[in-house]
Amino acid sequence: MSVIGSRLLRKEDPKLLTGEGKYIDDIQVAGQLWMGMVRSTQAHAAIASVDLSAALEQPGVVAAYSGKDLTEGYWIAPLPCAWPVTPDMLNPPHYPVAVDEARYVGDIVAVVLAESRYEAADAVEHVVVEYEPLPVVASLTDAVADEKLAHPELGTNKAYTWAIDENPDGVQAALDGSAHKVEATYIQQRLIPSAMEPRGVLAVPSPHGGDITLYSATQVPHILRVMVAATTGIPEQMIRVIAPAVGGGFGAKLNINADEILAVALAQKLGKPVRWTETRTEAAGSTTHGRGQEQHVEIGSDADGKITAIRVKIDADMGAYMQLITPGTPLLGSFLYHGVYEAPAFSFTCEGFFTNKTPTDAYRGAGRPEASYAIERAMDMLAAEVGIDPAEIRRRNYINGGEKFENWDNPAGLTFDSGHYTPNLDLALDLAKYDELRAEQARRREAGESKQLGIGLCTYVEICGLAPSRALGDLGYGAGGWEHATVRMLPTGKVEVVSGSTPHGQGHETSWSMIVADKMGIDPADVTVLHSDTALSPLGLDTYGSRSLAVGGVAIAMAVDKLIDKCKALAAHQLEASVDDIVLEDGNLQVAGSPDTATPIQTMGFAAFTAHDLPEGMEPNLNEAVTYDPPNFAFPFGTHVCVVEVDEDTGEVEMIDYVAVDDCGQQINPLIVEGQVHGGVVQGVAQALWEDAVYDADGNPLNPSFMDYLVPSAAEVPNIRTDSTTTTSTSNPLGVKGVGEAGTIGSAAAAVNAVVDALSHHGVRDMAMPATPQRVWRTIDAAKNGGQA
Amino acid sequence: MIPAAFDYQVAESADHAIALLGEHGDESKLLAGGHSLVPMMKFRLATPTMVIDVGRLDDLRYIRAENGHVAIGALTRHHELENSDVLADACPMLKHVASLVGDPSVRHRGTLGGTLAHSDPASDLPAAVLALGGTLVAQGPSGTREIAANEFFTGYFESVLAPDEMLTEIRVPSGTGGWNYQKFNRRAQDWAIVGVGVADGGKGVSLVNMGSVPLRATAVEEALAGGASAADAAALAAEGTEPPTDLNADADYRGHLARTLVLRALTEAGVS
Ligand SMILES: Cc1cc2nc3c(=O)[nH]c(=O)nc-3n(C[C@H](O)[C@H](O)[C@H](O)COP(=O)(O)OP(=O)(O)OC[C@H]3O[C@@H](n4cnc5c(N)ncnc54)[C@H](O)[C@@H]3O)c2cc1C
Repeated sequence: MSVIGSRLLRKEDPKLLTGEGKYIDDIQVAGQLWMGMVRSTQAHAAIASVDLSAALEQPGVVAAYSGKDLTEGYWIAPLPCAWPVTPDMLNPPHYPVAVDEARYVGDIVAVVLAESRYEAADAVEHVVVEYEPLPVVASLTDAVADEKLAHPELGTNKAYTWAIDENPDGVQAALDGSAHKVEATYIQQRLIPSAMEPRGVLAVPSPHGGDITLYSATQVPHILRVMVAATTGIPEQMIRVIAPAVGGGFGAKLNINADEILAVALAQKLGKPVRWTETRTEAAGSTTHGRGQEQHVEIGSDADGKITAIRVKIDADMGAYMQLITPGTPLLGSFLYHGVYEAPAFSFTCEGFFTNKTPTDAYRGAGRPEASYAIERAMDMLAAEVGIDPAEIRRRNYINGGEKFENWDNPAGLTFDSGHYTPNLDLALDLAKYDELRAEQARRREAGESKQLGIGLCTYVEICGLAPSRALGDLGYGAGGWEHATVRMLPTGKVEVVSGSTPHGQGHETSWSMIVADKMGIDPADVTVLHSDTALSPLGLDTYGSRSLAVGGVAIAMAVDKLIDKCKALAAHQLEASVDDIVLEDGNLQVAGSPDTATPIQTMGFAAFTAHDLPEGMEPNLNEAVTYDPPNFAFPFGTHVCVVEVDEDTGEVEMIDYVAVDDCGQQINPLIVEGQVHGGVVQGVAQALWEDAVYDADGNPLNPSFMDYLVPSAAEVPNIRTDSTTTTSTSNPLGVKGVGEAGTIGSAAAAVNAVVDALSHHGVRDMAMPATPQRVWRTIDAAKNGGQA
Repeated sequence: MIPAAFDYQVAESADHAIALLGEHGDESKLLAGGHSLVPMMKFRLATPTMVIDVGRLDDLRYIRAENGHVAIGALTRHHELENSDVLADACPMLKHVASLVGDPSVRHRGTLGGTLAHSDPASDLPAAVLALGGTLVAQGPSGTREIAANEFFTGYFESVLAPDEMLTEIRVPSGTGGWNYQKFNRRAQDWAIVGVGVADGGKGVSLVNMGSVPLRATAVEEALAGGASAADAAALAAEGTEPPTDLNADADYRGHLARTLVLRALTEAGVS
C-alpha cells in the first residue's frame, strides 16, 4: 500500500471549515488592551509634534505613546533586517514607532492603548500630529533620479548594488555579435498580499514571572522568537511564540513587524496582555507589499534564435525601510533570469532603492515570478524577432536540448538538480490543443472578428527548498536553512510528529502524516502533527520559499527512518534474529521470509515505553529527531498555457482556458499539489490582469481597499486544468521539489504573453501589467490608429 | 474599518421611521440593507449618531402587478427582484438587472429603495428604473409624494429626498418591449465602469457611471426618436456627459465605452 501519491483529503479541513480552527482573534484573554495605531497621513514629513492629551482623555484609554516616548528601555535594537545583501548596504534604523520623521503613508507615529478595539480606534482620531512635509520619493523614477531623498540623512536613495557579472566584456561582445537582439523594460508593479486572515498579534506577559507568550498570525514563529529577544532584550528562553491557525500569508507574514515588537514591549511595560489586529486598510498599506521592480532586459540570439547572451539590470523598490528580507527578495530571482534555457553569456545586476512607500518584501514567489516574467516575455519578443513560433524558440533553447539532465551548472553559479523540459512542454501543448488554437486564431484574424484569440506560454523554472545553510550564508542571509523534525511512537502505537515547519494553509498535517504512514505502513489517521509553538517545537525555521516539503518533509522522512531502524533493532531482539534480517512489510516487522514472525510495528511503542526487555544499550522510548540541511536547492519547472479572448472594441480580456503542467518531482499528495497550483495561478494572473497598488505623486496610496484593489475571484478565472510530469530531485532522498509558489511563477507571463499574442498581428509586442481593459484598448488604438498607448 | 459610535433604533413602521428622522434630524440615517451605508460608516465616511433600522419593515417588501405598472415596496431585496415571477412577466429588465448587482450576499441584503436613495451614479438598479421611466413614492411627515425617476437624482450621492423623507414604493411601467442592459466591469462583483440600460425599444436609454448621477442618454433617445439608426444614435452616447476619471478608466475611455455599449445594447434590444 503506497500512501505517497494518493489523493487523501486534507486532515485539517474539517476543523478549519467548520470554524473550530482557533485563529488569533479567537483567542481572548482577560484584561487585554488593544493597540490603536496612529499612522502617518504623509508620505514623508518631519514630525513636529505629537499631542496625545485629548486621546488620553477618551473613554477606555489606558496609555498613549509617541515615538519619542518609546526609546530608552523599550528595545535594544531596531526592527531586524536579516539579509544585508552587501557589506556596504545602507540600512537606516527602523524603530516600531517613527521618532523624528515619518517615511511612508501608514508609518506608525503613535500608539494608543485602550480597553476595547473600538475605544482604541476612536482615541486614535484624537491624536494630533503636526507634520512638516519633506520631498517625497513616490516612485522608482524619483528614487533613481536621487534628487529627492527618502532618507535625507543617507545622502542617496540607492541602498545597494548586487551583481553576478563575472565577464561583462564577454556579455557585451556576445550581445554585439548577436544576429537578433531584443531589449525591453518590464515593470513589476507593487502588489498587496491579500491573505484571507489579516495579521494580528497578542502578547501575554506574566508580570511576576517575567516570561511572555506571544501569539501572532505569522508564518515564522521560530524566527520571531529569536528576533523578539534580539530586539527587546527579553531573554530568549523566556519567550514563547505561538502561531495559532493562520489564514494564509503569502510572504506578508514572513516578517518581524512593528506591531509584534510593540505588543511585546508594551505588554512587558504595562504588565497586561496587549493585542492588535490589522484592519484591511492597514493590511493594504502598512504590511509589506510584493514586487516593485523595473527590469531592463537584453537578450541576443543567433540567426536561428539560439540564445547568445542575456543581460539584466533591475531597479528594485525597497520602500521606506528594510524589513526582514526586503533587500534579498529581488535576488531570489537573480539566478534564474536565463530560465530553462542555456545562456552562454549571462549578467545580472540589481540596485535597491529606498522610496517613501510601504516596504516591499517577499510575496508568493519572491523574486522568481519577476525573473520568469522577464525571461518568458523576452522569449516571446525574441520569437517574434526571429519569426518563429513561441513554442519553437523555447524548444531550441532548452537546457540539454530538452533531454533529461541531472546536476547542471547554471551560468549564475547554481546547480540545477534535475530537469526534463521537452516532454513537459509537449504534454501542455497537447492538453491545450495548441495547434487547433493556432488555427482558430488564424481564422479569427482572417475574418477580422472583434474577439481575437491569444495563446500564451510560459516555461518556467524556479528555486525551492530554501535551505543549504552554507549557500544562504554565502548570500549574506542571517540564518540557516535547515529544518527539524521529531517523530515519536507513543505507548499505544500512535505516532506524534513534531515539525519545525509552520503551516498556514498548506496542509502540512496531511502531507507529514502521509510520509510517516507510507514509510511505516500504518494508517495516516494514526499520525498527529504538532507544530507552530516554540514550546512544543523548539527547533524550526518555518514556512516560506516552497521549502516545507523539500526540507521539513525530508527531515520527517529521515526521522521516521531512524525510528524504524530502532523498531527493527527492538524486533530483532524480540524475535532473536539479526537486525539485518528484519524487514518492514505492510506495517509488520518480521524476519525476512518468515511471515509467521510478523509483529505489528505499532506494538514497538509499548515495548519501548515499558522498557522491560530492551536490547543491551538501547534507550527506552521511541523518539527520534533529525535536523536536515540539504546539500542543494530543488528546481521545479513547468509549462503554463493561458488562452485569452481580447475584445478589440473594449479592450476586455477574458481568460477562456488555462493549462498548467508542473513538475515538482515526487508528489506526496496530488490533491494538495493541484490546490497549490490553482491558488498560485490565480495569484499570478491577478498580477497580469488585475492587481496594482497605485500611488499618486505625493506618495498617497490610491487603492488600499478591496473595493479598489482588484483581487480576482473564482468568477474571473476559467477552470484551471492541471497535469504533471515527474522528474525526481537529486537534492533529497524523497526526490521532492516543492510547489507552493510554482503557480504564481508560471502564470503572470503566460497571461501577458497571451494578451500580446492576441494582438501581435497589429504589431503589438508588449503590454504592461496589469493588462486592464483601458490599457489594452489604448494599445490596440495606438497600433491601429497611431494613437498614444 | 471600525465605525464611530452610534445609537440604533428599530423602526416599527414607516411612520415611526419618519418620526424618528424628524426627532434626530441630520445626525440620523435610515438603515435598509446596509450594503452602502455600513461600508461608509466603517470607513468613517458616514458618521450618523442615530441609525434607524427600516430593514425589518416587511410590509414594504412586495412586488405587485397593478394597473399598467409594477409596484415594488422600497424594502424589497435585490434577490427578490431577481427571482420575481411578476417581474418576469411584466418587467423582465428589472429582474435581469437585479441579478447583476454585486454578488449573492449583496443581493440578499441590498434593497431597491436603498440603492435608489443612495443615488450612486455607478449603481445598476437606479439606471434601470431611469430607463424604464419609473416613479418613486416618498413618504414624509406631511404625507406621500410621487417623484419621476427623471427628477429624482440631483448630484453625487444626492437626491430630492428631504432628510425626513423615506422612499416607500417604486413603480415601473409594465412592458416587455425591446430591452437590454450592458454592464462593463473588471470583476463579476464590481460596480459598472460604464453601464447602459435600454428600455422600451430605445425610448429609454440610461447610462451608469458617466457623470455625477445616473443619466438618461438624451442625445441617443432623441436621435432614435428622430429616426436615426442605432449606430448613428450610439455615436452620440457620450454627448453632454462629464464622465469621471478613476483608476479603472479615464473620461475619454468611458466615452468610448458608452458609445460601444449603447450600440451593443440597442442591437441586443432589437433596435437597428
Ligand atoms: C460588495 C458590494 C458590491 C456591490 N455591488 C453593487 C453593484 O454591482 N451594483 C450596484 O448597483 N450596487 C452594488 N452594491 C450596492 C448594493 O446594491 C447596496 O445594497 C445598495 O446600493 C444600497 O441598498 P441598501 O438597502 O443596502 O441601502 P443602505 O446601505 O441601507 O442605505 C443606503 C442609503 O440609502 C438610505 N436609505 C435606505 N433605504 C432608504 C429608504 N427606503 N428611503 C430613504 N433612504 C433610504 C440610507 O439612509 C443610506 O443613506 C454593492 C455593495 C457591496 C457591499
